[in-house]
Amino acid sequence: MKAKLEEIRLEALHALEGLDELDKLEEFRLKYLGKKGALTQVLRGMGGLPAEERPIVGQIANEVRNQLESELEQKTKDLKEAALTRRLEAEKIDVTVPGERPGLGRLHPVTTVLNELKDIFLGMGFDVAEGPEIEYDYYNFEALNLPKNHPARDTQDTFYIDNTILLRTHTSPVQIRTMEKQKPPIKIICPGRVYRSDEVDATHSPIFHQIEGLVVDKGITMGDLKGVLDVFAKAVFGPETKTKLRPHHFPFTEPSAEVDVSCAICKGAGCRVCSYTGWIEILGAGMVHPRVLEYVNIDPNEYSGFAFGMGLDRIVNIKYGIDDIRLLFENDIRFLKQF
Amino acid sequence: MLVPLEWAKDYTNINTSTKELAKKMTMTGSKVEEIIELGQDIQKVLVGKIETIKAHPDADKLVICIVDIGTEKIQIVTGAPNVKEGQLIPVAVHGAKLPGGISIKRGKLRGVESHGMLCSGEELGLTEADYEGAQVDGILVLNEEYPLGMDIKEALQLAGEVIDFEITANRPDCLSIIGLAREMAITLGTSFKMPQVKLDKGYGNIKDQLKVRVDNKELCPRYTARLVEDVKIEPSPLWMRRRLSAAGIRPINNIVDITNYVMLELGQPMHAFDYEKIEGGTIVVRNAKPGETIVSLDDKDRALTEDMLVIADLNKPIAIAGVMGGANSEITENTKTIVFESAVFDGGSVRLTSKALGLRSESSSRFEKGLDINMTDLALDRAVQLVQELGAGKLVEGHIDELARPIERKSFCVKTSRINDLLGLDLPVSQIVDILTRVGLDIEDLGQEIKVTVPTYRNDIEGMADLAEEVARIYGYDKIPMTLMETSVAKGTRTQKDRLLERIKNTLTGMGYYEALTYSFTSPNIYKTIGYTDPKDYPKSIKIANPLGEDNSMMRTTIIPSILEVLSRNYNRRLDRCRVFEINPVFIPKEIPLKELPEEILTLAIGAYGKDYSFFTLKGLIEELVERLRLEDRISYIQDKHPSMHPGRCAKLLLDDRAVGFIGELHPKVADNYGISDRVYLGELDLDLLLRETNIEIKYKALPRYPAVTRDLALVIKKEITAGQVLDKIKSAGGKILEEVSLFDIYEGKQVADGYKSLAYSLTYRASDRTLKDQEVNQVHSKIVAALESDLGARLR
Repeated sequence: MKAKLEEIRLEALHALEGLDELDKLEEFRLKYLGKKGALTQVLRGMGGLPAEERPIVGQIANEVRNQLESELEQKTKDLKEAALTRRLEAEKIDVTVPGERPGLGRLHPVTTVLNELKDIFLGMGFDVAEGPEIEYDYYNFEALNLPKNHPARDTQDTFYIDNTILLRTHTSPVQIRTMEKQKPPIKIICPGRVYRSDEVDATHSPIFHQIEGLVVDKGITMGDLKGVLDVFAKAVFGPETKTKLRPHHFPFTEPSAEVDVSCAICKGAGCRVCSYTGWIEILGAGMVHPRVLEYVNIDPNEYSGFAFGMGLDRIVNIKYGIDDIRLLFENDIRFLKQF
Repeated sequence: MLVPLEWAKDYTNINTSTKELAKKMTMTGSKVEEIIELGQDIQKVLVGKIETIKAHPDADKLVICIVDIGTEKIQIVTGAPNVKEGQLIPVAVHGAKLPGGISIKRGKLRGVESHGMLCSGEELGLTEADYEGAQVDGILVLNEEYPLGMDIKEALQLAGEVIDFEITANRPDCLSIIGLAREMAITLGTSFKMPQVKLDKGYGNIKDQLKVRVDNKELCPRYTARLVEDVKIEPSPLWMRRRLSAAGIRPINNIVDITNYVMLELGQPMHAFDYEKIEGGTIVVRNAKPGETIVSLDDKDRALTEDMLVIADLNKPIAIAGVMGGANSEITENTKTIVFESAVFDGGSVRLTSKALGLRSESSSRFEKGLDINMTDLALDRAVQLVQELGAGKLVEGHIDELARPIERKSFCVKTSRINDLLGLDLPVSQIVDILTRVGLDIEDLGQEIKVTVPTYRNDIEGMADLAEEVARIYGYDKIPMTLMETSVAKGTRTQKDRLLERIKNTLTGMGYYEALTYSFTSPNIYKTIGYTDPKDYPKSIKIANPLGEDNSMMRTTIIPSILEVLSRNYNRRLDRCRVFEINPVFIPKEIPLKELPEEILTLAIGAYGKDYSFFTLKGLIEELVERLRLEDRISYIQDKHPSMHPGRCAKLLLDDRAVGFIGELHPKVADNYGISDRVYLGELDLDLLLRETNIEIKYKALPRYPAVTRDLALVIKKEITAGQVLDKIKSAGGKILEEVSLFDIYEGKQVADGYKSLAYSLTYRASDRTLKDQEVNQVHSKIVAALESDLGARLR
């Protein structure tokens, strides 16, 4: 019987070694270790053995069973491992094949830049105010110290609906509307669409976007205006950016200034973008004209303020190096995708 | 304003380079647009004299000239028909440059060496006005003596620097050479002098020959005139013509040139009338009479209205005051006696007249900004002085000066501390006084205050803020220290609307849509293009009175056409898919014409075409968006018709029971109008309404603690019964424990009878406080089935 057990052991180990498929392992287990398996058959014959041999044969049989079970376990593990390795190898992919994109859209660059500017000014304590695009002449001109037949009205070619209603030529009417409703301190920015009857070309569009700022409080100075514009310019165009105020004239501010920033492209050395001057004009600004304050019943002897306004589209173009404003309104996806 | 520098130098010293001057002038408020170097394009062209001319051996039309250019004699072959020995002519020598980028090199013409070129006036870029004979066929023959070898630019005064200044509307005094010379002096700290005018004594007395009556003194506060006899009309001298040309004005004849010269120099527009054309020797300044007309100097017939001011004689208008003279009193070559007019007209009136006539002139653009009432007589005398200098005529003694009221200078008091406070400076009173004096104001120091008296040419200065600007621009804008006001600590707040808009935009871009921005203008024909058939159905729309063309003459009431244009443009550029949106107001008038401002409704428009897109792609997007605004329980979709849309594929959106917009597939005919042959999907929503109703409050709901039970439900039902009806029925019958209903299959076809469809739902039941028992679920589920069967005629499948 011992020999029989030894024979089973050798045969089984041999068979196991030859197995290379996971599916066959169960078959193997049944054949040798199952209830009807070879080992069980042998043990069933133990009844015919002398009593003194039984424990010995029993021990051998157990040894054989243990060995086979452990070998089977090992084999199972090995085959599983091998199968996994084979699967993983087979599943190798070409990672250079392009991905499947859900397809993101984009914000229009004007919105992106506007959001950026809003963040800058919100951080400096400005609130956002808005007003209508179709406006009364009064808010767009008269209350801004531009009475009827003022020659400076010519610099803002205006679309009229009728004698008293027009398409706002700047976002400044929002300043008046705000000051009518709210007493100082006032600290707002007013972004929005504005209209001028300019024929379309690379630098002109009859519709464009402006963002204006207004601060009115006690003791506001031109130094404050310079400080705020400097913070703004550095935030938008980089920390190296310098600002320069040049005297200018606007009917609604006095003193007034045009504001240049150092060219971000050439760092002031002169290039095509800045027409070789090292500076780029980006906005108009000034101290709120006393007469404008009087219009909204704010006492100019007690309060002062500053205002500034810029063309958003122009900032977008400078920031991204776009040389034709028309691109902003064409909405070619290949253009929009770049921002 | 073009300022030839050598002209300005007559009245001030310029002690620095032109470039530096330009920089400094810009920083004191006279912005330099450009420095123009005249004659830059002419190099190495010299005055030469033709010594001898011989025939060319091999060419009939060419001759060989020996030309003396001072330092040497050179041989030049020319084809000019007008060469003669002894002529002084411009010679472009080897290496010369001419306007238009032409360069001259020595070479051979038909085998004969030529060391340069004889120049015509045209080749030098000259017109007859620049130099007599400049336009004749052939070379330019110089009619005065010049040293041989002299640079032609020097001889013909072609060189020089001109600065182009941008003059702001508040500084009409700077629309003149003296105005800018004064600013240069203020800027550089150099001296400035006004023109010194001394006239030779004239003959007779003007009062015997000319009468002036100003009927409208409001519109003409001052009118001055002088008379000049024995006028010889001829070209003005070269120096005057060169100055006028450099300043951008075409020379005409001595008298007209003088009026223009004085206007440029002093900023006072002048006019010269032919005295003999003035009937009754009387000038009347009055409003035009009904029906009066005048032919202006540009030969156009102008109909005048009663609000326009004219210069008239006893019978007829002879000039439109401040705008343009009349052809009937124009200076001609036969003019013998002239009247010089120098006057001040009301700026607003000139502006209105010039606008109404569509006629702007150098004169009107100066008058409309308001002129110095003290300049009229000086300008008048300056003109006569030039007449005498040029020997162009004889002065009749005396002058006419109709002054409405005594000239007063504005004056007011200001605390200097307020100037410092506004600028953020701390300048001593003495420095402020110095600066204000330097810019020409008379200052009296009263201790606490200063008393400021303003010269009449600076009427723009009215109060403290104006003085602050004067101080700032001379002290230097760049020297004002940067500060940040104290209130700047607080953080600003965004409005709820602003935040929600950002959320909507981010949701849309996150789902693959590009933001577009388009014009708010549209064409009145647009409604037809987008499918409206009856003009009675066109929405009321606002028209622009002065649009940029018909196509841009109406304010849009819908963004749909703009979105269609964007889709069409991208389609034409062969993009196989496109998804865009725009958020902007549309303009809805209550009535036309407007009695008040229209409603501006913030509107979201969405458009898409391309593979794998359907009505339900768009609807799914809207559903996500509505959920993002926490309005999903209040929005419903009902089948609808819209002129632009596919009649069977359009839904109206309701918020509770208010219409909030529509979505659908574009009508193929409309798509065709935009050249798109794909299916196009569009939606337009009233964002103002959605944003107003948005529930921004978020309250956490506990996650379920008890398990759900899921049951499927497959129905066969009549085709015309909508999924919405079925859903409503399931929900109302399902009661509290029905947590979710999801439609996972719709089928029409072989296994289903004609006119029927099959719908498959998955129903989820759950209670928040216990595990549901089968029996409980079965009961509700049966109730649902029963309701569907009895109310909608459904059958279980």
